[in-house]
Amino acid sequence: MLSYVLKRLLYTIPIALSVTLVSFMLVYLAPGDPLNAIAPADAPAEVVEALKAAYGLDKPIPVQYGKWLLRAVQGDLGRSIASGREVATEVLSAVSNTLLLAGVAGFAGVLMGCILGALAGYWHGSWIDRVATVLSVIGVSIPHYWLGLVLTIIFSTGLGWFPAMGAGPGGSAEWLWDLEHLRYLVLPALTLSVIPLGIITRTVRALVADMLEQEFVMALRARGLSHQAIFRHVAKNTAPTVLAVAGLQLGYLMGGSILVETVFAWPGTGFLLNTAIFQRDIPLLQGTILVLCLFFVALNLLVDILQPLIDPRMGRT
Amino acid sequence: MKTTLSPQAPSRSFWMVVLRQLRQDRVAMISICVLAIIIGAAIFAPWVAPADPFKASMLNRLLPIGSPGHWLGTDELGRDMLTRLMYGGRLSLLMGVVPVLAAFVIGTSIGLLAGYVGGRTNMLTMRVLDVFYAFPSVLLAVAIAGALGPGMSNSLIALTLVFVPQMVRVAESVTTQVRRLDYIEAARMSGASAFSIIRVHVLGNVLGPVFVYATGLLSVSMILGSGLSFLGLGVKPPEPEWGLMLNTLRSAIFRNPWVAALPGAMIFITSIAFNLLADGVRSAMDVRR
Amino acid sequence: MSSNLTDLDDSADRGGPAQPLLIVRNLKKYFPVRGGLLEREKKFVHAVDGINFTVAKGKTLGIVGESGCGKSTTARLIARLMEPDSGSLIFDGEGVGEFGGIELKAFRRNLQMVFQDSFASLNPRLTIQETIAYGPREHGLSQAQANERARQLLARVGLEPEQFASRYPHELSGGQRQRVNIARALAFNPRLVILDEAVAALDKSVQAQVLNLLQELKAEHQLTYLFISHDLHVVHYICDDVMVMYLGQVVEIGPVEQIYGQAAHPYTRALLSAVPSMDPAHRTEKSPLSGDPPNPINPPAGCRFRERCVHAEAVCSERAPALVPAAQLSGHLVACHMNDAASGHTAATLESAA
Repeated sequence: MLSYVLKRLLYTIPIALSVTLVSFMLVYLAPGDPLNAIAPADAPAEVVEALKAAYGLDKPIPVQYGKWLLRAVQGDLGRSIASGREVATEVLSAVSNTLLLAGVAGFAGVLMGCILGALAGYWHGSWIDRVATVLSVIGVSIPHYWLGLVLTIIFSTGLGWFPAMGAGPGGSAEWLWDLEHLRYLVLPALTLSVIPLGIITRTVRALVADMLEQEFVMALRARGLSHQAIFRHVAKNTAPTVLAVAGLQLGYLMGGSILVETVFAWPGTGFLLNTAIFQRDIPLLQGTILVLCLFFVALNLLVDILQPLIDPRMGRT
Repeated sequence: MKTTLSPQAPSRSFWMVVLRQLRQDRVAMISICVLAIIIGAAIFAPWVAPADPFKASMLNRLLPIGSPGHWLGTDELGRDMLTRLMYGGRLSLLMGVVPVLAAFVIGTSIGLLAGYVGGRTNMLTMRVLDVFYAFPSVLLAVAIAGALGPGMSNSLIALTLVFVPQMVRVAESVTTQVRRLDYIEAARMSGASAFSIIRVHVLGNVLGPVFVYATGLLSVSMILGSGLSFLGLGVKPPEPEWGLMLNTLRSAIFRNPWVAALPGAMIFITSIAFNLLADGVRSAMDVRR
Repeated sequence: MSSNLTDLDDSADRGGPAQPLLIVRNLKKYFPVRGGLLEREKKFVHAVDGINFTVAKGKTLGIVGESGCGKSTTARLIARLMEPDSGSLIFDGEGVGEFGGIELKAFRRNLQMVFQDSFASLNPRLTIQETIAYGPREHGLSQAQANERARQLLARVGLEPEQFASRYPHELSGGQRQRVNIARALAFNPRLVILDEAVAALDKSVQAQVLNLLQELKAEHQLTYLFISHDLHVVHYICDDVMVMYLGQVVEIGPVEQIYGQAAHPYTRALLSAVPSMDPAHRTEKSPLSGDPPNPINPPAGCRFRERCVHAEAVCSERAPALVPAAQLSGHLVACHMNDAASGHTAATLESAA
């Protein structure tokens, strides 16, 4: 077991390094000098040179990368060009906001998905099954940014139940699980939860339906086991796969929250990314992408390590 | 020692069987009809649309649905919604189809080669692609599109780059399986060149699964592409495109929410149709096994 | 159907009747076993470990042995579907793939193989005619010529071209598919055909038909067969000579009646006595072989069979027995210390004569 964990860790290191490289190099994809974002076009030459030196853009790229990486490892991701604040601080506060949103949305989506999927799989072919199938198709087909708009239209401007934008006073830094704050969370979380809902429902439904058709379940039924007991058996067997999928979904939610956060002006990493892109704020852009991707890589690693623990059947590579 | 077969219907090739299965799938057929209408409206927009998609009118801004002369209302600049939706379909559908098609061609080629050659080349290729899997698709698309800058072609490139690794993965996996089968060994025994073997024996058996996977990506590509426009990274105004229209109509949700929601509804309907069709294709190909 | 071929007609007998069609020298193939934290190659599976044998023209050599003894690997090495780690092949007097010998593509025309899984051997996307015509097409025939040849071959193996040519593999039965595989093999007018468990997956009645077909074709086309099987009854029926393999090595080789009647190697005897007897008066009471086959990874020193052999002695673990002629039996080779007078085995001095 230990060798498996070590192997996975070893394997993750080059991936993580490549991720840092890509995060750094992305800004150089576009034609044109990244410096254009910092200095106005008609600035005198000395000012441009000074700015270049200040941001370290006068050194060759590999050197820049090396310095950036070294500082990043120590927790220093540079300063945002637009706001002047430290990138690390901004990203961290954004991450906690997104984590809040993604966590709640993920949890809700996975939970509802499991219930719906299990019911649909158990009563395979009945109306419950059909409803669940329809819901899961909707879940994977709906553009979630549009859903956010529609929900805003109905519940915010229409009924006035929830605020249309923002994360409440103080954001996640001063988060309290009270109605005042939760009002801001409901619509974005609901919108975001649709994505894992669709996928988990589908997955669980297929797994449960499959499992119930297997012979060992027939044997259990023949022994007169009650519905609940069979359900528990099925749950135990499908849990590992579902956990793996759910874990990955959380990663996607973290990385893909940008659209929903834009709709609701939720001050998370997605929103930050948006800002960084439009303001050509290079350090902020690099830092945000780096943190998000490393988080995703770490999550994948965690899922890979946890899965054999839960499911002893899984072969190790 | 002659043997005979009992008389039966003439045998059909693989794709004909799949088509036949598909025709019996009602849900899939309905989806095809819906898509045909939407695609038709998009292609024939210049001839069928009632108005000019760029003609603005400050007087007629945000007219509600059902207004005379503007059945689906007007947008924030007074342009006819029905027309812009039809024209918008062109770019939105392109956002869905082009990246998937490009990734299909590129991904299958790479996957085929890597899978057939095997060994270190294969391992190296897959390891390089593993780096791409370390990025969630939405993030990667936004990051690449953001880095390249706004514009439709940049968005198409970004989406293609996101989908290629996934296609390669599917193609390589199937190719590796097929390559071990006895009929490939028999083909090698005939002394044929590797190129000929891939073309005649491997390709036909790999295209199927990759095709199924690709059809599933169509809706994702469209939603993501329109999403990029929604963020301001894709199509630039005043070009009509569903995602972009959602963006520009956002401020209008207070005054005329239904019109503001229309472009997204189009994305939704098209996406459902794509997904249901993809499901139908997958079932049709499964039954054949 | 006589061979009215053009481009594929280089099956002339170059070496003459006395020259063996195939000589296999010291063939070896080791497969690395991946293990350990960093996937370093530490151990090897000795799949084929230095085998030597010859196949005479017009004969059928049977290769028998337990699962994992290396029969199929040997077949694939001879067919050059895998590269051997060492060793050489001499085909009708010419080295295969060697300088001055016969080149690989030409060799492929002379040697064909029929696989065990009749369904996996056929591309499900191609019609039978297309499958058979593919090879000749690759060697220069026009599409029309290749198709015509395919149809002729189908007729020869007993499948009506009008009915079968445009069928797909899934529409045929196992026996019919195997006939298609045989037809495909014949499309090149080969001289040597390797049959790797070719009838193992068929029902007994169908087996008999296919075996008879193979005998007919062998006579018509002057073919030589390499018949790999684990079914000793079938081997007895169809083979002229038999080679017994154990753990990657040849333990005995000789004419079929001698092998079945006077087996010299303890393993061969054990194999033969393991075949259930049809006679209720001679029931097999206990298993002639003890223990499990040892691990082909890093096999034991000396004779590989000694851990299961009732006659094993000290000398058996010291030296590996060489494949030498059996006492008093011509054309029969055995690798056993009991057969070798110079080995020091107690049974050797008793059994061997001159």
